[in-house]
Amino acid sequence: MGYLREIGLYIMMLKGVFIKPTKTSVLRNLILKEIDDLIIGSLGIVCFISFFVGGVVAIQTALNMDNPILPKSLIGFASRQSIILEFAPTFISIIMAGKVGSFITSSIGTMRVTEQIDALEVMGINSLNYLVFPKIVAMLFYPFVIAIAMFLGILGGYTAAVMGGFATGDQFIQGLQEDFVPFQLVYAFIKTFVFALLLATIPSYFGYYMKGGALEVGKASTTSFVWTSVFIILSNYLITQLLLS
Amino acid sequence: MIEVKELKKGFGGDELVLKGISTTFEKGKTNLIIGQSGSGKTVFLKCLLGLFRPTEGKILYDGQAYSELSSENQRTLREQMGMVFQGSALFDSMSVEENIMFPLKMFTKQRKAERRERANEVIKRVNLINANNKLPSEISGGMQKRVAIARAIVNNPKYLFCDEPNSGLDPRTATLIDNLIQEITHEYEITTIINTHDMNSVMEIGEKIVFLQKGHLAWEGSKDTIFRADNDDVTNFVYSSDLFKKVREAVIKDSN
Repeated sequence: MGYLREIGLYIMMLKGVFIKPTKTSVLRNLILKEIDDLIIGSLGIVCFISFFVGGVVAIQTALNMDNPILPKSLIGFASRQSIILEFAPTFISIIMAGKVGSFITSSIGTMRVTEQIDALEVMGINSLNYLVFPKIVAMLFYPFVIAIAMFLGILGGYTAAVMGGFATGDQFIQGLQEDFVPFQLVYAFIKTFVFALLLATIPSYFGYYMKGGALEVGKASTTSFVWTSVFIILSNYLITQLLLS
Repeated sequence: MIEVKELKKGFGGDELVLKGISTTFEKGKTNLIIGQSGSGKTVFLKCLLGLFRPTEGKILYDGQAYSELSSENQRTLREQMGMVFQGSALFDSMSVEENIMFPLKMFTKQRKAERRERANEVIKRVNLINANNKLPSEISGGMQKRVAIARAIVNNPKYLFCDEPNSGLDPRTATLIDNLIQEITHEYEITTIINTHDMNSVMEIGEKIVFLQKGHLAWEGSKDTIFRADNDDVTNFVYSSDLFKKVREAVIKDSN
């Protein structure tokens, strides 16, 4: 019953986000601030991780190709598939659940314990719209982060493969172009969009409805990370089953 | 003026937190809600603020019942309310000036220069000096309370609510804050309601006092009549502090 209640409350929260909108000029500034905090602020770590994990994927593929019949272009092919299909959308989203998710939960949770949310409500402001809606809009830019992660992952793979002497540049690029199915990109961005909504709303839920003090803010951040990750993995499975099988 | 008629509030269980409170909070006066912890003061204040919907009964704001208003009119009524929270509840990502300008930014069509001018008027009124560009974390507790008061009155509210406005402050600053709230109440003809359990506040600014006991209105009066209250709960509450016990003993001794 507890879980059902939580799911119900989450759905009620989503409804509350879209009613009684905040003044447009204020909302515009809030959205820009959230884009800066959630999207721009995450680019550094996403670029760093993508480049090096892309490199590792290429090296691992090369080291596991014992059979001399297998063409070297397979390194590029395997890197492309794993980065576009899983690494960039899913792996980066799990990292973002830690970075962006805990930021959202702790910032809203701190506002809850210091009565700042009550202050908004007393003023007649729909605190859900004021706090959560800009985050949802900002996270609509999340697919751009994933596009950058895809590009840098593949670039990392190319650099590692060529610099490590596992394949030539031409072989790697040939692999990148082999059997390319454009729908796989569509699939990757559809799930990125779903993850973006989860990343904006689940941590907001845990922050908004938290009770207690500073210690509970920390606990809420951890819980939010766990549940955001769980829902990302579950929705990843579901979307993959629906779109690719 | 705020009229409360047979207000009852529960949270789903059998037990009601507020068990039928009827009273009137007058305009231009500092109205205090007092009582021991667990007496229902905070629930009562949240009902008055419209944060809790009453289970039964009515709250009339100058004759208008909040629950009977359209959502648009409820919003207009809310804009006429100012609130000073126990912990000030300042937005910590905004400077002092931005905090004070916030209600104007949200509810008026004023340009930034006009908002700043009005903010500076109230900043001057609450005696905040050289704090405009500081963040709430960079100023003292007393100054935070002044900012909270400035933010609450910047939009010329008709109703001002204060939850423990002087908690956590030293006695001198607490008195200054109490007096500031009273001056503002008289100056702007606001209906001010203060939730407190501080007897010093009661003696300083208690123009009307409502005493709650276990969800009931046990007594109402003023600071001039509280020492003669014919109610054991009030007497126990008032004389629970050593200071007031000694005052009482001195008064009895003098009268003998």
